[in-house]
Amino acid sequence: MAEGHAQSFWSRYVFSTDHKIIGLQYLFTGMFMGLVGAFLAYVFRMQLAFPGESVPLYGVVTPLQYNALVTNHGAIMIFWVAMPILIAGLGNYFIPLMIGCDDMVFPRLNRLSYQIFFLSTVLILASLFVPGGGFGGAWTAYPPLSASAQYNHTPWGAPLWLIAVALEFVAFLLGGINFVTTVMNARAPGMGPMQIPIFVWMVVIASIVFMASVGPLVAGAIMLLFDQLFGTHFYDPKGGGDPILWQHLFWFFGHPEVYVVLLPALGIVAEVITVFSRKKLFAYKTILYTAFATGIISFFVWAHHQFVAGIDPRMAHLFTITTLIISIPIAEMTFAFIATLYGGSIEFRTPMLWALAFIAEFLIGGVTGIFLGANATDIYLHDSYFVVAHFHYTFFPIAVIAGFAALTYWFPKMFGRHMNETLGKIHFWGTIVPFNFVFLPLFVLGAAGEHRRIYSYEHFSQLFTPGLQNLRVLATVALVVMLLFQFVFLYNFIRSLFAGEKAEENPWKANTLEWAAPSPPPHGNFAEMPIVYRGPYEYSVPGRPLDYWPQHVPQ
Amino acid sequence: MLSWLVPQASTSARDIDWLFALILVTVGFWFVVAQAALFTFIFRFRRRPGVAASYISGERKEEKRWISRPHALVIVCDVVLIVGALLTWKAVKQDLPPADERIRIVAQQWAWVFVHPGPDGKLDTEDDVRTVNDLRLKIDTTYHFELTSRDVVHSFSVPAFRLKQDAVPGRIVTGWFRPTRLGTYDIQCAEICGIGHALMPARLTIETPAEHAAWYASRSAQGG
Repeated sequence: MAEGHAQSFWSRYVFSTDHKIIGLQYLFTGMFMGLVGAFLAYVFRMQLAFPGESVPLYGVVTPLQYNALVTNHGAIMIFWVAMPILIAGLGNYFIPLMIGCDDMVFPRLNRLSYQIFFLSTVLILASLFVPGGGFGGAWTAYPPLSASAQYNHTPWGAPLWLIAVALEFVAFLLGGINFVTTVMNARAPGMGPMQIPIFVWMVVIASIVFMASVGPLVAGAIMLLFDQLFGTHFYDPKGGGDPILWQHLFWFFGHPEVYVVLLPALGIVAEVITVFSRKKLFAYKTILYTAFATGIISFFVWAHHQFVAGIDPRMAHLFTITTLIISIPIAEMTFAFIATLYGGSIEFRTPMLWALAFIAEFLIGGVTGIFLGANATDIYLHDSYFVVAHFHYTFFPIAVIAGFAALTYWFPKMFGRHMNETLGKIHFWGTIVPFNFVFLPLFVLGAAGEHRRIYSYEHFSQLFTPGLQNLRVLATVALVVMLLFQFVFLYNFIRSLFAGEKAEENPWKANTLEWAAPSPPPHGNFAEMPIVYRGPYEYSVPGRPLDYWPQHVPQ
Repeated sequence: MLSWLVPQASTSARDIDWLFALILVTVGFWFVVAQAALFTFIFRFRRRPGVAASYISGERKEEKRWISRPHALVIVCDVVLIVGALLTWKAVKQDLPPADERIRIVAQQWAWVFVHPGPDGKLDTEDDVRTVNDLRLKIDTTYHFELTSRDVVHSFSVPAFRLKQDAVPGRIVTGWFRPTRLGTYDIQCAEICGIGHALMPARLTIETPAEHAAWYASRSAQGG
């Protein structure tokens, strides 16, 4: 730590190598991009409910703009919201605290990671305002559409988008190296592999899965960039290329990516439900092994995105089997979480409400995935709103519900103050109830044959019926209500930063090491470096006067 | 159950709807059981004064049963669904029944071109009928289609057939369908293909053999 204590604003908050500052940089950037992504969703949902009418705060949506809106909504929510908040933000802030060390092992690499991420954020936002508008070839960017301005009509937007995504990958590669190395080498004395909190394990497994899957896509993205800028034909059959090649490279990364963000979210839920039910985590080892199994199997499911892409029909059998197999470890993990609640003493604080809602809502996302993993039903449901509803029932719990669980749970630690509990509960119900009214109608629309990425259904007589249009309006109204309730959160968050009730060191009476540090933790984290004596989930141990037993307390 | 929302107009639609119902019943069971357990526990084990939480590690054999038994049952259900899915896929996608007629479908930005075999029932003969965004099929006739694209990836989607197949430039993908219900239905492009992606609707008309022959005759009268 080269920095002294008399630091300027710039060296302390902008060019800091402190893992907590970098974590907060990622967190706040992710939250800001969440607002951007939500605004894009608001605009295109308004267009779907009221086609052709001017959208307040935006204007009339053209087909080209519509494509750019859905493309960037998807890309931003995954790469610039879920990843930075769940992995880089919370991972950076809490991994060193939870394993009891003073910083990441590569602090400068960490700073470089955020700087590259920041550059990618600027580029993706800039790509929306260049001549021709933002890229509109979907977040999957299938060539030849994505490979040539002749087809996509976004000569600036497409390459800028692709460069931004590739830079984001580089940033997270650097971050992932740092997480894995830190957890391998810098744990507090006494912390064996089975004493590591599940959240830390999940970020490590997610980082390994990310690093192992992203390489082929970075190579693929560079080939696509060459197709766009220099007229090569890696993906264009007119020059001997193959468009399906991109799909394999993309989904070889794209499906593991789902688990890259899912695992840290499950880790957050594990931390929160144990604390607020005062229970030991049910079957720690089983949860850990199912997470490993999920990470490994996730590399063998990618072509279930390509059942109708023109691959050999016999290949689809294999990927149906692997896809249904991956439901087994995830189901087992869910059972373990539900079993953890058994015999507990459940307190309904705001973080706990979010964690319980995660389990209830994610179940819907999980079971609807079976319809899509089964190759024959996927023929019909592929690229329909059924898929949209399904993955929002996974990604919304992951990025938003688990994100809020983490923010409300760790807010006292990060900022030394409490958030307002009443406002927290208002925000919770104002988000969860409308959320279901946004996405349940989309299952029905998808089952009725509504296909994705269509700016208006007026040309499809089977889809432009009053009944289906009412469902579209319902989803849009619910979305607007849900977005309005986010202002409650923003108000609560910002007000609590400065005027919240002061938080002590361990307000939730939790066991993990971050609660042994002051709130907020100073540079170097711990007044006295902790030593670990037991696992992280020793709650309500019989024969003890207190119902928790922190990892660092000798007796 | 899908037929409540979309008409069932091909033999494959019937097979796929059956599989959809099988999955719905199976996962519906798990969904209800899991949510019931979750909400029961949330209610029953809410914090009450004087009641402490129990200490259960979940590592002992008799505790692990709580999750290992449902786990085994999930595997059984997965096997049933896999068998159902694979058999259905084999029937609707992998095995091609002998064709009565062939038809050619070419996608481009932003229209569908259909080449019908004409009265002689054979493609690449003089009486082929070429249409744009207008597909005419005879009921109870097994068709093989040859699908390709001229520019970007499109996807030939007919909800009433439960059929979707990407049209890939540089490849010809062969598939089949057998219409079973008269009427007109939507054809969509289901893969984003640029500005006009929403402007690629085509109409499918399923006709009796007599109507179909009359349509061919009217086309050749117009100079086809």
